[in-house]
Amino acid sequence: MGLKNNLHNFKEKNKDKKWIPGFNALFTFLYMPNETTHNGTHIKAADDLKRTMNTVIMALVPCLIFGMFNAGYQHYLAQGLIESANGFLGASFWTLDNLVVGLWKVLPLVIVSYGVGLAVEFVFAIIKGHEVEEGYLVTGMLVPLIVPVDIPLWMLSVAVIFGVVIGKEVFGGTGMNILNPALTIRAFLFFAYPTWMSGDKVWIHGAVERDQMIAAGQNVDAISGETILGTLAQGKEVAYSVWDMFCGIIPGSVGETSTLLILVGAVFLIFAKIGSWRIMLSSVVGALVMGLIFNGLVSAEVITEGSKFYGLMSTEFWHHLLIGGFAFGTVFMATDPVTASQTNKGKWIYGFLIGFLSIMIRVFNPAYPEGVMLAILLMNVFAPTIDHYVVQGNVKKRMKRLKAKTA
Amino acid sequence: MSKDIRIKKGLDIRLIGQAEEATESAIISNSYTIRPEDFHSIIPKLVAKEGTHVKAGETLFFNKDNEAMKFVSPVSGEITEIQRGPRRRIDAIKITADKAQAFLDHGKFDLNSDAEKTKAHLLASGCWAFIKQRPYDVIAKADSTPKAIFVSGYASAPLAANLDYTLAGKEAELQAAVTALSKFTEGGVHISVGAKSSSPLANLQNAITHKVSGPHPSGNVGTLINKVNPVNKGETVWTVNAQDLVIIGELLLTGKFNAERIIALAGSSVKKPRYFKTKLGAEIATMVYDNGVEKDSNARFISGNVLSGKQVQPDGNLDYYSNVISVIPEGDDYEFFGWNKPVFNKVSTSRALTFSWLTPKKKFELNTNTNGEHRAFVTTGTYEEVFPLDIYPMQILKACMYKDLDEMEALGMYEVAPEDFALTEFVCVSKQPHQKIIREGLDLMLKEIG
Repeated sequence: MGLKNNLHNFKEKNKDKKWIPGFNALFTFLYMPNETTHNGTHIKAADDLKRTMNTVIMALVPCLIFGMFNAGYQHYLAQGLIESANGFLGASFWTLDNLVVGLWKVLPLVIVSYGVGLAVEFVFAIIKGHEVEEGYLVTGMLVPLIVPVDIPLWMLSVAVIFGVVIGKEVFGGTGMNILNPALTIRAFLFFAYPTWMSGDKVWIHGAVERDQMIAAGQNVDAISGETILGTLAQGKEVAYSVWDMFCGIIPGSVGETSTLLILVGAVFLIFAKIGSWRIMLSSVVGALVMGLIFNGLVSAEVITEGSKFYGLMSTEFWHHLLIGGFAFGTVFMATDPVTASQTNKGKWIYGFLIGFLSIMIRVFNPAYPEGVMLAILLMNVFAPTIDHYVVQGNVKKRMKRLKAKTA
Repeated sequence: MSKDIRIKKGLDIRLIGQAEEATESAIISNSYTIRPEDFHSIIPKLVAKEGTHVKAGETLFFNKDNEAMKFVSPVSGEITEIQRGPRRRIDAIKITADKAQAFLDHGKFDLNSDAEKTKAHLLASGCWAFIKQRPYDVIAKADSTPKAIFVSGYASAPLAANLDYTLAGKEAELQAAVTALSKFTEGGVHISVGAKSSSPLANLQNAITHKVSGPHPSGNVGTLINKVNPVNKGETVWTVNAQDLVIIGELLLTGKFNAERIIALAGSSVKKPRYFKTKLGAEIATMVYDNGVEKDSNARFISGNVLSGKQVQPDGNLDYYSNVISVIPEGDDYEFFGWNKPVFNKVSTSRALTFSWLTPKKKFELNTNTNGEHRAFVTTGTYEEVFPLDIYPMQILKACMYKDLDEMEALGMYEVAPEDFALTEFVCVSKQPHQKIIREGLDLMLKEIG
C-alpha cells in the first residue's frame, strides 16, 4: 500500500514537470494506472498495448535462450573442442559452458538494444510531451536475435538510434511508422557494416578475432562457420542434416536458427490472437510456391549445374522454410501490425508476396543471401497500397448500391 | 420481405447484476430534469420561463431551426430552475412536480389521417423527439422522407432491459405508433425481435418483422439497418426506440403525453437489480438507494447501458432515451503488475494470458478502469471480430480523425451511429474513444454537408 500511495502522490505532485512521462513509464510498469473511462464505453477489455507487446516477448524467449546455448555451442564446435550434438537434445548442446559463452555474448546485445532504444524513446516522449509508448519493447527484443553474435556493441548502438529515430519517431512514434523498426535497424547494419553482417566469420563467436590473430602472425588455426544460405549461394554441399536445420543447431544470427522454437512461438502467438495467422500462413504458401517454381526450372533443365543460381534453385522447395531467417521473419517481423497490411484480405496478399519475394531475392542475390529482410521491408512500403485497393473494394460496393438505387 | 438476421461477429459481455423481472414503482420523484443536450444538435428556444407552471405534455422549448418541433414537459409542475452554461447555453430545465398530475390534452388522434397531419401532430405534442434519423444520428428533420423506419425490439447490450418484459401488455400503444409511423415511408417499418422471444412487437400490423440472433450488437438498430437496407448517400432512414413507441402510441390513443416508462436498474454495484416504473427525467436517487447501491459507495452511475450510456451524478436524472440505469464500481485504483499478470476476472477477446475464453458463461464484475493507457492505433483485425457491419472500422475512425469528408462518406459514414462503435471501443487495445471520434466525425459532416 505504502509504495503505491507514495508513487501516486509523487506523480500528482509533479504532474506538470517535463520529465513526468519518464517517471510514468516506469510507474505504469509496476502498477497498471488508475485511469477510468469517461463516457463512451464505461468498461474496457483487459488488453492493453503493454500486454500485447509482452505476449510477443514471451513468444521470443525460447528463441533467445536457445540462441545463447547455440552461440556457445558453435564457438566450441568450430574449435573442435566438443562433439557435434546430434539433434535437439544433443548432450554437447545444452551445457553450462555453452550457456556461459551465450550469456557473455548475447546479454550485452540485449542490454545495449534495450538501453539505447528505450533511451531514445524516453527522450522523444519528453520532448513531445506524451507517454512513453511500448513499441520498442518488442523491437528491443527482436534486434539482438537478428544480428550476428560478434557484432560490435557500438555498431549496434548506432543502428538502434538510426532505426528508432528514422524508422519510427520521425513518423510520429509507435503506430505511425511505415517500416518495421527492427528490420530498419538490421538493414542499416547490413548496408553500413557489411563485413560484420555477412561472410563466413561473423556467425561464430571468436572467428573474427582468430582471423586478426592470424593476421598478426600468431600461430593458431582459423575457424569459420558459413550459414547454410551462404554455402548454397556458393554452390557448395551443405554439411547439415534437415533435422539440424529444423532444430537450429547451425550457424546464423543469434535467435533465428531454430525453426522448431519459432514454430512454438508462432503457435503461441496465434493461439493468443496476437499474431496474424493469415500473414504467417500466406507467407509460407508464397515461399513454397516460389520454391516450387525454382525447383521446376531446375528439373526442366532451364538452369543447369554450371549456373551460379543452381545451388539455391535446386534446394528442395520446403527446405527454404528451415534455412536462413525466413521462419523468424515470417512469424515475428512480417506480422508487426503497424507495418503490415491492416485489412484481413490485404494480409493474405501481403503475406503471400513476402514469402514469394523472400525466396526470389534469396536465389537471385547471392551477395546478400538473406532475402526475407528485404522482402518484408519492401512489402512494408506496399502494405498501404494493398490496403487501399482492398478498402476501395468496399467503397465500390457502396457506390454500386447507390447506383442501383438511383437507376 | 421479412428476413431472419443472424450475425456471427460480435461479443456478448456477460456482467453481474442483470435486472430481475419484477417491477416496483419508484418513489415519486420530486423534481424532473430535462437536458437539451440529450437532443443532439438541437438548439433550444425556451418557451417556459422560470416560475411558470406547466402541465405534462406542455411545451418547454422548441427547435430554433423548426418552430413546429416542440419539446415537452414529462410532468406537470413548476419550472424551478433553468441552469445555463457558457454563452447562456441551456444546460438543464428543472421542474418540481405537482402532487396531482395534470395532462395537457393533445386530443385523440385519428389513425387514418395522412402523413402531413400525423407529422404535425407528433411535432406539436413533443413526440417527434423520439424519432431519430441516420445519417448523423440526430432527431429526424421534419421535412425529410425516410426510405424506411427501423425499430429494434431486441436489446443485446450488456445489462440491457429486456424489452419483451418492459413492453408486455402495451400492444395497443405499439400498434398505434407503428401505424402512424408507417404513413411516413414507402419502405416499411422494420422491427427486429429476438429469435426466441415472445415480443409484443412480433405480431404488429403495418410492420415488417425480422428475427435476429447472434451476439451483441445483433440488437442494435444500426445492425438491423445495415443488414436490411443500408443508408446510401442522399437517403435518410428513421429510427425509434421500442420503449418510446409506447409514449407515442399512448399520445395518439388518448391525447396524453405520458412519460411513464419501465426501466431496469442493473449492475454489479446494485444489491437487488430489478425494474422500476418511473418517468423521463426522474431523479435516479429515487431508485438507486433502496436495496440498491450503498450510500457513499465508489460507484459509477450511468443513464443507459455500460457501453454507450451517459455518466450521471447520484443526484442526476434519467435521460430522455434510456431505459436502464447501470451502476458499476469505479476502477480508480492501481493494479500491481496489472499489465502482465494472468487475468481471470476481466473480459477479453484475446488469449494473451487473459482467460475469459475459458469461461464463456461466467458473469463478470467489470469496473470503469481503462486497463491501460491511451495509445495510437497499433493492433489490427481485433475490431473486425466484433463489428458485423460491412464497413472497415479502423479506416473510418482514422478518416474521422483526420477529417477527410470525402473518405468518411466513401467508407460509409452515412450508415453509422456512435453506438455501432461501442464494441470496437470496448476491445480497443489502444483505448481510443471510438464513439467520441465517430460523434465528432458525424457533427463535422452535419456542419459541412448537412
